[in-house]
This record gives sequence, structure tokens and C-alpha cells, in this order.
Amino acid sequence: MAEFIHDHIQPYFNYWVYVIIMMIGLWALIAKNNLIKKLIGLSIFQTAIILFYVSMGVKDGATIPILGHHGSSPPASEHRLFEDLDEEEPKKAHGKPVDHHAADDEHGEDHTHGHAGHHKTNPDLIANPLPHVLMLTAIVVGVATLGVALAISQMIFKEFGSLEEDEILEEIKASASDG
Amino acid sequence: MIFAFDIIILVFLVVAALISLNVKDLLSASMIYGIYGFLICLLWAEMGAVDVAFTEASVGAGVSTVLLVATVFNTRRRSSD
Repeated sequence: MAEFIHDHIQPYFNYWVYVIIMMIGLWALIAKNNLIKKLIGLSIFQTAIILFYVSMGVKDGATIPILGHHGSSPPASEHRLFEDLDEEEPKKAHGKPVDHHAADDEHGEDHTHGHAGHHKTNPDLIANPLPHVLMLTAIVVGVATLGVALAISQMIFKEFGSLEEDEILEEIKASASDG
Repeated sequence: MIFAFDIIILVFLVVAALISLNVKDLLSASMIYGIYGFLICLLWAEMGAVDVAFTEASVGAGVSTVLLVATVFNTRRRSSD
């Protein structure tokens, strides 16, 4: 049991919780009777998906994806974010070899004259920013859908005088059998 | 990523989601949904996604809560479940 937790739950804890939060949102969408509660469940479902994507960009011991001026000033951190290419071989981070040699041989001469000079960024020490940027759009779209859905539920309230799903369905059935 | 911080925020996140969906007063549900939004904003900042954290704090937690409170103000506050 302890081995299972150590091997499968601890390294993937974000993913376990994202599934739990997603199922909470789905349960609210299906089982709740009030329309506002359903919409809160929808928003929780959306944040669960965003949590999944942002968790994919996380690396152990990585910092935020912001570089200093011209990519040359190292941040106040004990990690070696920038390496001096003239002196050392590229570091191995987390057991994964990083091979910068191919790129260095082709472009090394051109880049050593600029401001960035002799430093090169080690991508293993920066969180992957691509899922972050994608999820930025998802957050804004999520708020837009929530706004439209709340406006529609206000119109439903004006029409039927209730936000409860069963009362609205009864009202619709009654008006259909009348007309 | 700091694992202890991560675990605490995620537990609070699940608790906030469940309370916000189970409370019968819709204004309380909206407010606890705002708390959920700020908790998940903390989680983004802790995972290194600072841009997502900014957006979530302003748009996700702020504007969503205002929209929900405005809707509750225009409709009924009690909920059956």
C-alpha cells in the first residue's frame, strides 16, 4: 500500500485530484436541480481541465518561465538556470541528458557577440509555458460562457418565475398541454 | 513545485468545490465559488504558471463571482438542493 502511494499517487497527485474535481463538476451538472448550481458545476469542470493541462507543464525544480534582461541575468535562485558554455559541458538535469552540442556547432559563433554573450538558457529548469498560454484562452472563454449562461437563466426566471429544473419542466408541460 | 503546499491547496480545493455545490443559499454558493477561484489561483502561481494565476484572479475569481452575485440579486436566493 505504501509502495503504491509512493509510486502512483504521490508523483501524479495533481492528476488524481483533477479527476476528482472533474467528477464533482460532472455530478453537479447532472444531479443538481437549480440552474445556478449547474453553472457553478460547469465552471468547476472547466477549472479541472485547466488543472490537467497546467500540470503537464510542471517540471521538478523548475522556476517560472520569465527570463532576465536579454536572458543574461540569472535569477536569485540556487538552481543553475544559465550555463557558461565556454567552460562546461551541458548539465544533466533529472537524469535526462541535454544535448546542446549540435546547435552550438552551427550557431555558436554568431551568438557569442551579442548581449546574451556566453550564456544559454537550460530549458529543464523552466516550466513549460505552452500549456499556460493555451489555458489563458480557456479561462477567458469559460467566463464568457458563464456570463451568457447566467443571462439566459435570468431570462428563464423572467419567463417561468423559477430557477428549479423540475418546476420549469412542469411549467413547459402544462403550457404544452393547454395550447 | 512544492509538494506540501500543493497537497494542502488541492485538499482545500476539493472541500471548497463540495461546499459550494451543497450549500442551499445561492449567495453563499457564489461566495464560496469565489474562494475556490482564488485557491486555484494560488495553485497556478505555485505550479509556475504566473500568467494563468493573474488571469484567474482577475477574470476567473473576480468577474465570475460578480456575474453570479448579479444573477442571484436579479432572481431568487434560495435553492432546493
